[in-house]
Amino acid sequence: MQPKVVTLNVNGRRHQVVLAPNVTLLQALRDLGYTDVKNGCEKGDCGACAVLLNGKAVNSCLVLAWQAEGTEIVTNAGLGTMDNPHPLQEAFADAGAAQCGYCTPGMIIAAKALLDRNPHPTEDEIRDAISGNLCRCTGYGQIIKAVQMAAERVQKTGAGGEV
Amino acid sequence: MNKQDITLVINGKKRYLSVFPNELLLNVIREDLQLTGTKYACGIGECGACTVLVDGAPVLSCLTLAIAVDGSEVTTIEGVAEPDGTLHPVQEAFLEHSAVQCGFCTPGMVLMAKALCDENPGLVGITEADVQEYFKGNLCRCTGYTSIVRAMMSCVGPQTADEA
Amino acid sequence: MLPEFNLLMPKTLPKALDMLSKGAPDVTPLAGGTNLIPDMRSGRHCPVVLMDIGGLDELRGIHQKDGDLVIGGGVTVAELLDAPLIAQHAPVLKQAAAIFANPLVRNRATVGGNLADASPAADSGPPLLVLDAEVELVSKEGARRVPLEDFFVHVRKTVCKPQELLASVRWPVPAPGSVGAFRKLGLRKAGAVSVLSAAVMVEPDGNGRLVQARIALGAVAPTPIRAHAAEDALRGQAMTPGVISEAAYLAAVATCPIDDIRGSAAYRQRVVEVLVRRLLTDVAREVN
Repeated sequence: MQPKVVTLNVNGRRHQVVLAPNVTLLQALRDLGYTDVKNGCEKGDCGACAVLLNGKAVNSCLVLAWQAEGTEIVTNAGLGTMDNPHPLQEAFADAGAAQCGYCTPGMIIAAKALLDRNPHPTEDEIRDAISGNLCRCTGYGQIIKAVQMAAERVQKTGAGGEV
Repeated sequence: MNKQDITLVINGKKRYLSVFPNELLLNVIREDLQLTGTKYACGIGECGACTVLVDGAPVLSCLTLAIAVDGSEVTTIEGVAEPDGTLHPVQEAFLEHSAVQCGFCTPGMVLMAKALCDENPGLVGITEADVQEYFKGNLCRCTGYTSIVRAMMSCVGPQTADEA
Repeated sequence: MLPEFNLLMPKTLPKALDMLSKGAPDVTPLAGGTNLIPDMRSGRHCPVVLMDIGGLDELRGIHQKDGDLVIGGGVTVAELLDAPLIAQHAPVLKQAAAIFANPLVRNRATVGGNLADASPAADSGPPLLVLDAEVELVSKEGARRVPLEDFFVHVRKTVCKPQELLASVRWPVPAPGSVGAFRKLGLRKAGAVSVLSAAVMVEPDGNGRLVQARIALGAVAPTPIRAHAAEDALRGQAMTPGVISEAAYLAAVATCPIDDIRGSAAYRQRVVEVLVRRLLTDVAREVN
């Protein structure tokens, strides 16, 4: 099992890492310091590890790092900062949509993918978009509200479209 | 130990009961009156799930003997909404703000909220800190309390002209 | 950590087939990985060599050709959901895609992978069966087409040889007026392995009777299956409640479900009848 140098493009930064073939993108990202990407179930059921891969929300635990070479990867941390939060991140805070916060990065990635395709989602469409993201704390009510709030804010200000 | 006859006005209805002196108000409400909205959780006055209003004031029914409230008006969660089903504004607020998850603490929370609203209609001048202080005897394992505080703050009315 | 393996990453289909031919039977194709990677983690699969076929352009694409709809084996379930051709010519498949796993998995899971993995509960199975689909298996030696019903052999077993890849799936564009529907029963609304599933497809003759009818069931046999006796009971008939009930009963008789953690065999057999009856009733409403 020969490791090789792999180039990963994460949140606009290029990283060159030596990786064995059996390393998942989840592991590689966390080892690179992107610990906002969480390890939940490692089998594609919980969504805590969700990232955007070429704009599509995927479970990074099901992608081998070698497979991600040549793609654009965006994690929740790449969407905004404390000083300049993405409307989704702001809305999650304002709506009280984070309790323990563990599901939150993955939720925001799923919600971002939704708003990129569908700027005016209905409640049902929001529920479907986050149906691969499990939350044990909130009961999802505030999360759905947060996505609705963010959708409105993005429409009003036109912000949050680019990454 | 002999049973004693007591009278309670439960949610507006007069009820004649025969209870042992050592019976808790909580158990009389849940078992004799079959009003199970009031919850038996810790049984030692720490969690607030057993909260009822006695003559309008919040009381921990797990620490109250039924005979001690003979002749009083008792309000349980079942008596908060209107008879026609119209919800109290705090109940609407709780639903609106996802302040109910499993719902076990909710009856106690709502009764505290109702008592606060009855004492201070419009919740004039109430701050978040006040709400947190007021509810510190009601534990919730699910919501993290934020949604409950938001629900209460959404019931705070506009300030009057003198206080503006 | 995943078990150790070597990972080949061919850039073209001919190269991939060459690698398969040289390395068979030790080379396992990897597409979306949504079943294979969890299987490796749980120890169910221990491949020595993986071959990533996710980057092969020849396995992508959804198009219409010579009266057939053709989808590449590497097409993702999400792509099925978005494709106008699928919405127009195979709504039964789109219905299955809409409730397949969850949105994150749909962006990676491929149709070819779902079929080749051949779980008895594979949700793409019943819709493609009622569309009368066939798969194209390619190897260095050539290509062959196999009707989907013959492709599945047993639980997680297909006729695909170690040196073959499932390159595409195709089916004839359904006749105008055809109506299809798919429904699955799961223990939750998303991310649920089907307890049982059913797809139906009917072609009315314009005079109130059916020229063609197909019924396929999932998770109630070692593979997704067609319910031929039930179909015979519908063909040539009008979709009356009596005819529908008879067909639904025969569909249940066609099953050989097992008891597992998601449900008992008896429950599955009972509910298949109900599910098929409901599907046929809904379809009848559209037809009439």
